[in-house]
Amino acid sequence: MNNLLNVSPSPHQHSSETTRKLMYGVVFALLPALAASVYYFGTGAIIVTLTSVVSCVAVEYLIQKFVLKVKPSVSDGSAVVTGLLLAFNVPSNLPLFIIVIGAVISIGVAKMTFGGLGNNPFNPALVGRVFLLISFPVKMTSWPVPTGFKTGYADAVTGATPLGILSEGVKNGETVSALMEKIPSHLQMFYGHMGGSMGEVAAGALILGGIYMIWKKIITWHIPVTVLLTVAVFTGILWQADPSKFADPVFHLLTGGVMLGAIFMATDYVTSPMTPKGMIIYAIGIGVITVLIRTWGAYPEGVSFAILIMNAFVPLLNMYIKPARFGKEVKHG
Amino acid sequence: MSSTVLLTIIMLSLLGLTAAVILYVVAQKFMVIEDPRIDQVAEVLPGANCGGCGYTGCRAFAEILVKSETFEGLNCPVGGAETMSKAAQILDRQPVAVEPKVAVLRCNGTPENCTRTSVYDGAMNCRVAHSLYGGTTACQFGCLGCGDCVVACQFNAMYMDPVTQLPVIIDEKCVACGACVKACPRTLIELRKRNRKDRKIYVSCQNKDKGGPARKACNVACIGCGKCVKVCPYDAITMADNLAFIDSFKCKLCRKCVTECPTGAILELNFPVKEEKPLQPSVAEVIE
Amino acid sequence: MFKTFPKGGIHPPENKLTASKPIVTLPLPGTVTIPVSQHIGAPATPTVAKGDTVKTGQVIATAKGFVSANIHSPVSGKVSKVEAVADTTGYKQMAVVIDVEGDEWADGIDRSPALVKEISMTREQIIERCKECGLVGLGGATFPTYIKMTVPEGKKCDMIIINGVECEPYLTSDHRLMVEKGNEVLTGVTIIMKALGVAKAIIGIEGNKPDAIEYLSGLSKDYTGITVQPLKVKYPQGGEKQLIKSCTGREVPSGGLPLDVGVVVQNVGTALAVYEAVQKNKPLIERVVTITGKSVINPGNFLVRIGTPVSVLIEAAGGMPDDTGKVVNGGPMMGKALAITGVPVTKGTSGIVIFPAAESQREEILPCIRCGKCSSVCAMGLEPWLLAAVSEKAMFEKAEGEKITDCMECGACSYTCPAKRPLLDYIRLGKATVIRMARERVMK
Repeated sequence: MNNLLNVSPSPHQHSSETTRKLMYGVVFALLPALAASVYYFGTGAIIVTLTSVVSCVAVEYLIQKFVLKVKPSVSDGSAVVTGLLLAFNVPSNLPLFIIVIGAVISIGVAKMTFGGLGNNPFNPALVGRVFLLISFPVKMTSWPVPTGFKTGYADAVTGATPLGILSEGVKNGETVSALMEKIPSHLQMFYGHMGGSMGEVAAGALILGGIYMIWKKIITWHIPVTVLLTVAVFTGILWQADPSKFADPVFHLLTGGVMLGAIFMATDYVTSPMTPKGMIIYAIGIGVITVLIRTWGAYPEGVSFAILIMNAFVPLLNMYIKPARFGKEVKHG
Repeated sequence: MSSTVLLTIIMLSLLGLTAAVILYVVAQKFMVIEDPRIDQVAEVLPGANCGGCGYTGCRAFAEILVKSETFEGLNCPVGGAETMSKAAQILDRQPVAVEPKVAVLRCNGTPENCTRTSVYDGAMNCRVAHSLYGGTTACQFGCLGCGDCVVACQFNAMYMDPVTQLPVIIDEKCVACGACVKACPRTLIELRKRNRKDRKIYVSCQNKDKGGPARKACNVACIGCGKCVKVCPYDAITMADNLAFIDSFKCKLCRKCVTECPTGAILELNFPVKEEKPLQPSVAEVIE
Repeated sequence: MFKTFPKGGIHPPENKLTASKPIVTLPLPGTVTIPVSQHIGAPATPTVAKGDTVKTGQVIATAKGFVSANIHSPVSGKVSKVEAVADTTGYKQMAVVIDVEGDEWADGIDRSPALVKEISMTREQIIERCKECGLVGLGGATFPTYIKMTVPEGKKCDMIIINGVECEPYLTSDHRLMVEKGNEVLTGVTIIMKALGVAKAIIGIEGNKPDAIEYLSGLSKDYTGITVQPLKVKYPQGGEKQLIKSCTGREVPSGGLPLDVGVVVQNVGTALAVYEAVQKNKPLIERVVTITGKSVINPGNFLVRIGTPVSVLIEAAGGMPDDTGKVVNGGPMMGKALAITGVPVTKGTSGIVIFPAAESQREEILPCIRCGKCSSVCAMGLEPWLLAAVSEKAMFEKAEGEKITDCMECGACSYTCPAKRPLLDYIRLGKATVIRMARERVMK
């Protein structure tokens, strides 16, 4: 045998799971939601998603190659995931230049300035989304209504989302039951037949993706289930207290970004806690803050802000919540 | 001006004033009385906090300097004689002359000299590799090439040469702080006396095996034959554990040992080329 | 019912290529190299010199101090040198090298294969015999067996657990011992029970060895107090703390020993060695070694004398495959990669695994994505991402505070990491430094 032997410390076998496989697993899980958004919103969905993904990958590549002068790592797929999630948070008729700005903020500011993959404290897609929301409030809150997959990019018709109708209506003093007439039925909302951002409408498709990710062990059940349970319980309590002012829990679970946030945004590895106990506390926090903002806040939707606020607590959760150790302390005689 | 604006201005001004008073009182009450000379000495020190002086940073060293009676045993290798004389001026003491030093790698196990017998694929960390096994060659004392020393150097005075697979020390930048010496798990780096024109003569080996196995592992190993010890006119060379050592403070750079060494383990650097070299005995004779 | 441990664990591919290969006795090699340190504790002191003639089974090095073991010659022949020779790590260790001549055994050793079930020795005699015969733990840890058979003052022992788990992929030597030498193993277990004065023994066997479970369960009816506990296949089930937890539910305290929960754990191979030592007066001079690998032509389980060069084993298995990239002494999870194959088989060598070049290189290291998978597979409830990060940055006090010394170096974290980070490399470094720092503190 001519070759020299390879010597390295144990273990000498490694699992076949890689960062890239995990990232593309998430992309695969998002495909049902992408299909649903194309079905409801038409070509706009494709154009916005494509622009977002390409911009995010390009920004990361350019910054790494020309600013940081390191080997570009875009092949690990994390920029693609950020691009997809950013696209899913915006309307399907958003002007392209705004999307590019969003990509620059998401990747450039929220990820690369902190040191790249693994070092950012805040969810990059959400930072981008919130930045766009504050900078372009009108364009970012003109949500298209579902007009079918033949709709051209520029032909989208905007209208109020169910959450928008609810919050406006309640502020004007209308009762919830009257408002529910103007809102699609629960079943329609489950399938995604409502206005909103591209990724948030089809609860069914998102749940499908979530089940796939849990089956493939990409995420665990702790965060999605706890967020949804907290939202359901909190809104359930409010609804029981006064059904004329508060909508039922199923409505809250199916509308807005809660489904997307619970399954795909809050479960982002880098910005979520690393222990099951920590994850549950984090998820409860997200659920509570979401409902608070939805009910009493100025915005009709609060998931993005809730997740970003809880992202700030994650280092604390990681530091103080430790996994259960094997073996109790022994006294040294 | 409307009453709201006036009220706001008054409130904020009062707030600011209260904060200022509290801060002033607290600063005065908790002020630490320090010898003002510590600050003065710390000013003239380089501020690199490299630990080369043996203390935890420049401020700690300044405190020690102020407290000690003499400068005996105290030296800042980064600032050198200039910094020490400035500090001496401030403190009205005599500076002690310290010989400047430079870091030297005592290994010449390039792939050409020392055949590779395995490939290392673990974490790029010399301590990890050292605790795992003897290394990618048959010499268990030689450089592992993972660069712990390069990482430890805070003065950018070291880099890893990809061809020789050994670290290179840039003489002009090296301040002899000793960080690389501590980083190497095999104590292959030594602080030696810095000579004029950066000339160096040293035994580039740390192999303590007997001559036969040492030479088999590496062409330029020190085989412990002792010829250098015999030929040195200044008694600068000692032998221990089959390994020769040249005391850099006794060495007068006459280069007689370099010519005597049968394997070429003793290196001479930055000297003008000698015209003629006398014949060297064969290594096999020497091992017998 | 299949039991298991509740926390952590991974499922690497089992690759038990040699599970059905019966044990084959290899012919004697030409030279043997016997290191004087094949056990935990002080190296033994050689009692022979160059030129001496030795017989098989004769003492050639005596134990030095309490934690040490005797070493016996595995062959008969002439001692050619007693000097420092490169061991599996490439560092030189003192060893006795013997040129083999014939196979003349020392007096008093019973070489007949008949089963001897009657145990006539007393507790003290058993322990003394184990000490004389140089028995050490054959699971790989090589702790001197006679010390484990003595219960120190203040501690109690009510149960023995026999480790027949063999959770490492590829290795099958314990499996074959259980299937082919079941009665000898169970007699050995009974001897250990007598030495420790306990009435109960549990043999833990993983579910991927159904023939061993069935056979030993049947045989155990003829013995008192021995039960077989089938265990779910999960790495590292063979770690003694996990084994105790699975079989009894007791948790060994952090920094403690199995005796703190009243248990002593012994490997199946050690039980057999105890039988041979006590009933046949045979010292530890040979053991079963699995030699395996995907490209190996004739993988198998071979009974070899201690000190046989690994290269001889590889030849017996059909020679070194052309595409070899790595040769590992032990299993793929905790074994040590060899730089040269001339090193000898020692008391702790359970197997040699040969990896093809395609499986021998590590992949590119990516940044930590904080997925937490390493922490979820750690059977000791630690956080490998944190321990590796602080060890890399030399923050050893913090590592100590995070209980880095609880780590049993099983490798599950490095195996799982999707970013292919060398977690265990740094944790080992940190652990060694923390232990050294703690020792220095005690000495001050």
